[in-house]
Amino acid sequence: MNTDQVLFDAVGPKARRRVAILTIASILLTLGLLALAYEQFYQSGQLAPSKWAEFRQSSTWSYLLKAFGNTALAALGAGAIALPMGLVLAVGRLSATKLVRWPCTAVIELLRSVPLLLIIYIFVSALPPYGINPDVFWKLVIPIGLCSGATIAEVFRAGILALPKGQTEAALSLGLTPTQAFRMVVFPQAVRIVLPALIAQVVILLKDTTLGYVVSYGELQQSGKVLVASTGHLVQTYLIITVIYIGMNIVISNAASAIDNRMARRRAGVAGPVPQDATERQLSTIA
Amino acid sequence: MNILLTKYLGTFGEGLWVTAQFTVVGFLGSMILGVILATFRISPVAYLRAVGLIFVEIFRNVPLVSLLILVVYGLPEIGITIDYLPSVMIAMILVGAAFACEVFRTGINAIPTGQVEAGRAIGLGFFGVLREIVFPQATRAMVQPIVTLFIGILLSSSLAGVVGVMDLTAEVSYINNREALGLVTFLVAAVIYASIALGAGAIGARLEIKLRVLR
Repeated sequence: MNTDQVLFDAVGPKARRRVAILTIASILLTLGLLALAYEQFYQSGQLAPSKWAEFRQSSTWSYLLKAFGNTALAALGAGAIALPMGLVLAVGRLSATKLVRWPCTAVIELLRSVPLLLIIYIFVSALPPYGINPDVFWKLVIPIGLCSGATIAEVFRAGILALPKGQTEAALSLGLTPTQAFRMVVFPQAVRIVLPALIAQVVILLKDTTLGYVVSYGELQQSGKVLVASTGHLVQTYLIITVIYIGMNIVISNAASAIDNRMARRRAGVAGPVPQDATERQLSTIA
Repeated sequence: MNILLTKYLGTFGEGLWVTAQFTVVGFLGSMILGVILATFRISPVAYLRAVGLIFVEIFRNVPLVSLLILVVYGLPEIGITIDYLPSVMIAMILVGAAFACEVFRTGINAIPTGQVEAGRAIGLGFFGVLREIVFPQATRAMVQPIVTLFIGILLSSSLAGVVGVMDLTAEVSYINNREALGLVTFLVAAVIYASIALGAGAIGARLEIKLRVLR
């Protein structure tokens, strides 16, 4: 049985007729809306072949490919900051020492409740007078890394907490030191638990890099702006770029949930429930 | 700091007002559209389920910056002129609703099928099952995710500045560009954002305790 249909009984003859009517009505409604959208595009002349001319040239695509390389580079750089930072903060927040736990908690909570763009503005215009004036790449990547690091810290923490306590206890009773127990028993298992969440985090990183548009770092969104400035084909360019982002992110999201399902099947009956639902973990950054 | 209070208090207030409007309208809009989409996604009508799925997949994966640019700059190009503020709200609601839909759907699907069947077996109708069995349990499970969604919408409202709408973040950046007050201006804004977000989190935590059922 389809799990999405918990609420409904198996449909009888009367309900089947109602379903058929609803299906036809909503198909007609969709077609009407699509026709309306087409009409709007057509009337405003946005569908004219000349408006899409540059996308029939390979030079445009190689330009966008280069821009995508920069997007990937920024996401990679931010990830390189966020992963170690997240791990350190997660372990710190779980520490038994208040002097370690409290600052880590404060940093995580603060970074999770301040907009990324505000932090980017701090790097762009507030810090240079203090002599901190890195390359524009870093003005984008460091803030993304910081925000993502706080989120990843919570992901790691959830993974560590999801592990049965007996694992640590067993490791300690074998004579491992707490550090060894964490490194050899807890951490490897926690990483496996949070792997899907970490992959889903890549989507958030890619979305965040669109703020290169604000700091004029030549990633995909910013390159779209440059293209529009020379061709004036605003709708076409941004539409194509947005579709690229959506396609890319759908592939990554689905890969994450595929791994999630696979692991859930393998884990079934062995360990406790998954720490966070696949959608819940994405919620923290809807941008 | 003084100049911040005397000359720019109003600017701060205006930015905060815009941010507040985006957050409240964005949140409520997302919840309403999210409920509709969730209904689509759990309905017995296969076509509506597909529509819901496609909507969610698109708007959960689109960067809000890209969508804002398309809506605010793109719509006028195809002959649809909407004011700046509503344009930003539309983009925020489209994205927020996709996430809200998933919150509702997972909340409802978390309820064991047996409970719904048991409800039907004792003679409850569709709405009876919804009111007596599904809704009370689903709301409890959904408190935390909804708070997270609210905070996400608050923070994402800052992206309005990307398309030139002066929200709190944009106003702060504007003030700083004119007066070069350094970190102070930004810290004030950060404190405002953080207190709203942490406040929402605290309310959510209390609500969850209040709604909790001891089993």
